Order: sequence, then structure tokens, then C-alpha cells
Amino acid sequence: MNIFFKINNNKLYKLLKSLYNLFKAKFSQPLIGIILPVIILLIWYFLAVTETIRNSLLPTPNEVLKEILILANADTLFSHIQITLTRVFYGFIGGGIAATILGILTGVSPFIRKLFDPTIQALKAVPSLAWVPLFILWFGIFENSKVALISVGVFFPVYLNLMMGIRQIDKRMIEVANINNLNLFQTIRWILLPGIIPEWITGLRSGLALGWMFVIAAELMGASEGLGYLMIDGQMTGRPALIIGALILFAIIGKLTDELIYLSAKPFLKWKESLDTMQVGANNA
Amino acid sequence: MLEISNISKIFKNNKKDLAALQKTNLLINDHEIISLVGQSGCGKSTLLRIIGGLEKASTGFIKLNNKIIKKPSSNIGMVFQDPRLMPWLNVYDNIKLSILNENKKEQKVKISKTLQKVGLENCEQLWPRELSGGMAQRVAIARALVREPKVLLLDEPFSALDSFTKTNLHQHVKELWVSLKLTIIMVTHDINEATSMSDRVLIIKKTKPREIENSQIINMSYPRSEFKNIKYNQLIKKRILNS
Repeated sequence: MNIFFKINNNKLYKLLKSLYNLFKAKFSQPLIGIILPVIILLIWYFLAVTETIRNSLLPTPNEVLKEILILANADTLFSHIQITLTRVFYGFIGGGIAATILGILTGVSPFIRKLFDPTIQALKAVPSLAWVPLFILWFGIFENSKVALISVGVFFPVYLNLMMGIRQIDKRMIEVANINNLNLFQTIRWILLPGIIPEWITGLRSGLALGWMFVIAAELMGASEGLGYLMIDGQMTGRPALIIGALILFAIIGKLTDELIYLSAKPFLKWKESLDTMQVGANNA
Repeated sequence: MLEISNISKIFKNNKKDLAALQKTNLLINDHEIISLVGQSGCGKSTLLRIIGGLEKASTGFIKLNNKIIKKPSSNIGMVFQDPRLMPWLNVYDNIKLSILNENKKEQKVKISKTLQKVGLENCEQLWPRELSGGMAQRVAIARALVREPKVLLLDEPFSALDSFTKTNLHQHVKELWVSLKLTIIMVTHDINEATSMSDRVLIIKKTKPREIENSQIINMSYPRSEFKNIKYNQLIKKRILNS
């Protein structure tokens, strides 16, 4: 009886252990990332409920949620999200394409680099808001100026990462291509492109993050829709719940879009031994 | 037959000309192993790169079976000091780089055959980061051999390996040399390696522009005993030191 119990106990222990390992492998990483927001939420809740900070400055999480739900019920929330997403999307595509073309050209050709790079580096230092009046003048008050501003934000990180990525490609790898008689197309397909993808992806992710920052500046330019507009509206009408709600939505959507790029790029980066993969390997061992 | 005729290489460096090779001449027979030895900077690797078509000679020419070599050709494979595997390609694709113009079926057959030859069956899907130094160098050798070249150029391919792996690879290269009837030209700093592996040794001396020929050949007779190898080692060392 005792032995039978022991065997069953061992089996149960193994089953529980394997379930625990499965849970750890599948969910532990995302769950760890949630800990900090939950702590912030709790502190926020405590500060708001006890009115340590005045309610007119820091509403409770419930009030923020209520404000978001009111907008959602009135069917305006999704149109605000959609318009902001559309602006970021077009800005990201425009800035990303321009940066990719120029990044490749300056990375490959020393002459073009000498010609363009000093000017681009100087323009990089111009603050986002400084572009606003010029773009309103050039592109008008409507969508074009907003998309142009976001494109500027996206452009610089993509350009810089890509150019540096190309410049850092090991010359010895090109020699391998030469000794194996690879033609230009094959050299680009098998050596240059895969070699620069990690830097390009890093640039795209940083560019997207800046795109989300620039969309606020863009929506300050007389927008009547968008999450940035909601923040301005909240400020004008003294509704901090609306400001915080829009801020949280920015964070969530920004994170989701970043995750989208990360997941789409993952198959191209599986060869890379990063700290992440080393960690997973160590955990599996 | 590989004919090295009157090869010189002068590197232009600002105002000063640097001579790496001066009027080097050599006839290499088919299925021969030649080692190139000499002090650092004497031009051993430069000569190998000129043979491989990676660099142009300042004077002279190199002919393989009566055809002048002007650029890399499929008749010549080259293995570098470091394996130079593309980290983003697995073993299979790294080897495939050499035969991209062939159809997929042929590629598959050739790659699996070559992997067998270098003793790396079942490693096709591994990433370069998962390979040991010796395995990575074998993949590099496989990449050079998969095109079935007549000449294999080895640029200090064993110098970064531990002595056990090095001995193993020496043996392996010798076996490949026999089975594939290759001509091998190897650059090495290791005189023992040169005498134990090769039929002849070409000593290249450091030189200045406009100097006369800066290389000399040591013919080593067979059969080769350990004692004879030691004698050759001493002779080669003496010649290098006098150069």
C-alpha cells in the first residue's frame, strides 16, 4: 500500500512538474512583463482612492476605464484609434521606404555617403516640434503634414541602423562570395540582405517607436480626430481620465505594433544567438 | 598543371611601394601538395590570393592547364584561416553557396556526398554557432570541395585549431587529396605541418621592390621517415632565417 502510494505520488509529482515546466516555458515570460504594470496600477489605485493626489489631477483607474468605455459605446474610440493608426502606418511606410533606399545608397557608396550623410546627421538634431510650422506651410493643416512629420520621426533610426549595418558587413564574407563566383544578385540575396536584416529590424522598431512619439506632435497640428486629439481635448476640458486613457491606449497599441514587427522578423533572425536564445537554451538544459 | 610565371606584387602605399612578391616562378604538377612558408608579411597569402583570382598580380601570370587565371574559377577552391561561414545560413546553405547555379536535385546530392567526405553527415541543419572550430573548418573545406575543383588553396586553415583537431584534419585533408586527386597549395607558419603534409615547400623571403627573385623551392624526396622530416625542418628553418 505504502509502495503503491509512493509510486502514485512519484507519478503525480512528475505530472505536476511537467505541467509546471510547460506553464513556465509558455507563459512565464509574458507574465513577468505584466508584473510592473500591475504594481504601477496598484500604486496608482492606492494614490487615487486615498486622494493622496487630488482626484482632479489623478483619477482612479475605474474612472479612466469608464471614460474609455463611454468613448467606445459612442463608437468614437475606434475611429480615433483608427485615424491615429492610419497616420502612423503611412508615416512608417513613407519614412521607412525613404530611409531604406537612402540607407542602402549611403551604406554601399562612399561618395553618396559623403554627399548626404553630414546633412542627414545635422537634420537628425532638429526637434520634432520644429518641423511643425514648416510642414503646415508646405503640406497644409490636414493629413499630409501629419504623415510627413511621422515619416521624419521614422526616417532617422531606420536610416542610421541600415547604413551602419551595411558598413559593418564583413569584407571577408564578400571575398567568400567572390571566390565562389556569386554574381551581384546572388551576393545581395545570400550575403548582404541577410547580413543587414538584424540592423534593419532594429531600425524599424526604433523608427516605429519614434513614429508613435511624433504622432502626438502631429496631432497637435490642429487635428480633430486621433488619440493625440483626445489628449488635447482632455486637457482643454479638464478631464484627466481622458488624458490618461489615451496615454494607456498609446502604450498598448504601440507595444502591439512593435510586437507585430518583432514577430514578423523572428523567422529571419533565428540564426542569431542573442542573450534571449542563450537564456532559453539555459532554461531548457 | 599550374604554372606560376614571373609573379610580382607591389602594393602602392602613399609614397612608398611595398613589395610582397618578386618574380616568383613555379610549376606545380597535378596531384601535388605544395606548402608556402616564410616570415610574416613575405607574401605567402598574397600569392595564394593571386592564384585564387582574388587579387591581381603587378607582373606575370598564372596558368591552370594553359589558361590564364584572371578571376576566381570553379576549378579552384579556397579555404581561409577562419572558416568564414555565413552565420545566417545553416551548414547545408553555407555549402550551397558554392553551387548556386546548379539545380536543387544536383545540389542536394553533391552536398550530402561532400558532407560525407568531410565526416559531417547529419549536420546539414546545424547553424555555424553550433559547430566546434574543427567542424566549422570542415564545413569550409566542404564548401570549397563541393564544386569539385582541381586545385585546393588552403590559407593557414589549421592555425586556429587545437593540436588534436589539427592532427585529425591533417589526416582528413590527406585522405581527400588521395581520393579526389587534388592539387593542394597550402600556406602555413608551421614548418612541421609543411614537411609532413607536402611534396615540396616554397620558401618566400621578404623583399624590396626591384630586388631579384625572392623565393626558393625545397624538393623533398620519398619515402619520408621521421628522421628525414626533422632534417627537412632544420633545412627550411635555416633558409627562412637566412632570408
